[in-house]
Amino acid sequence: MNGMTLIVKQVTKLVIGFILMFSAYIILYGHLTPGGGFVGGVMLACGFILLVLAFGKTFVNTILSDHALTGWDCVGALGFAAMALAGYYAGAFAANFLARPGTFKLFSAGTILPINLAIGIKVGAAMAAAFIALTTFHPEHEPDLRGTLL
Amino acid sequence: MNYDLLPYLLAMTVVGVGLYAVVCKRNVIKLIVGIIILDYGVNLFLLLTGYRHDGIAPILTPQADRQQFADRAVDPVPQALILTSIVIGLGVVALMTAMAIRIHEKYDTFDLSQIHQLKG
Amino acid sequence: MPILLVLIGLLIFAALAAVEAKELLSTVISVGAAGLILSVIFVVLGAPDLAITQVVVEVLTLVLLIRAAVMREDSTFEARRDRFVIAVGLLGGGILLTSAYFAFATLRAFGQPSMQLAQGYLDQGFERTGAANYVMAVLLDFRAYDTLGEATVIFASIVGVYVIIRKVGKHHHERHDTHR
Repeated sequence: MNGMTLIVKQVTKLVIGFILMFSAYIILYGHLTPGGGFVGGVMLACGFILLVLAFGKTFVNTILSDHALTGWDCVGALGFAAMALAGYYAGAFAANFLARPGTFKLFSAGTILPINLAIGIKVGAAMAAAFIALTTFHPEHEPDLRGTLL
Repeated sequence: MNYDLLPYLLAMTVVGVGLYAVVCKRNVIKLIVGIIILDYGVNLFLLLTGYRHDGIAPILTPQADRQQFADRAVDPVPQALILTSIVIGLGVVALMTAMAIRIHEKYDTFDLSQIHQLKG
Repeated sequence: MPILLVLIGLLIFAALAAVEAKELLSTVISVGAAGLILSVIFVVLGAPDLAITQVVVEVLTLVLLIRAAVMREDSTFEARRDRFVIAVGLLGGGILLTSAYFAFATLRAFGQPSMQLAQGYLDQGFERTGAANYVMAVLLDFRAYDTLGEATVIFASIVGVYVIIRKVGKHHHERHDTHR
């Protein structure tokens, strides 16, 4: 799959850093300002899609392949399950057991921050993988998915 | 005519438009658009049940008065449900688009009346 | 509130334009417009999380629909109108609205929610969870098990996309064989 013209590539190079940093801000500060894991994850997927559309799939595969995307999806899901099971340390499933120094700060909400991070990674990788599957798999050559679906 | 119910009835009209598209249209893409509009209508209806008159968003700022906030904030529980529902709607649209692409590759058309083989 | 009624009226208009358009590209763009109007409705109703989510998901839906479906050749156009099906559809819509009108008499009036569940969350949520965004507190602390189920549903739909796109159909193989 080919990329686009030189102007699009230059503008993408300038803008992609801001997009990824803004989505990281939305994910990490989800417990203080509007946002959270779901929106940040979809924004991450949008940044990745911008890269694929501007530079072509063959170039982006050298940074992050299809196998790696499904791998990050599973990492996010397992991270969420691990945080919820670790709540048994405080007595209940998905209990909020981490320490909370201060109010209105980054670490002031206990387990909400790691769960936001896990959901952000999961939703971002899932939506990016769905986009890659829907738009770049052609029926002539069967996509090489051995080993990614367990 | 009870004018207090007018926002609810308009939300159900959006659901009705989506349902009309799902039932009456022959193009698969219009069917997908119908399901998207159905999602919009249902999310809007859920949010309307949680609205409070002159309500403020349920986000606490350091300078806010706690008692006034608890008296004036809108209901946060329907908003949490709708947040997950919107992202699930995106997953469902991706799945339906995958099916539409498969249908097009097999039958070379998006017209539902030409698709008459259930096997193969 | 008049601004809310005007916006919902615009949403109905955009939805009707999307459903009745002749070209597929017009349909997809009208759905995009409807999504943006819905995001403004979410802001008016006091839900900033939902407004951000709706805008971003709307853009991704547009990209999916345009890139995957509209750019393939499409050989359908709705020449003959199936009057019976349209009549049944409109009759069904009428029955839906009438029964909705009678069923909503049991709902509380618009603007006065019952808040049975939420008043406890609003009063003590900040001390119990430490989060200032009450929607995230409800989603990830008071109702974390439901969020785990929702993450599973998204995972299942994406695995479904991979499974559907992966296999090449038998009809396609036979067509390729006859061309040789």
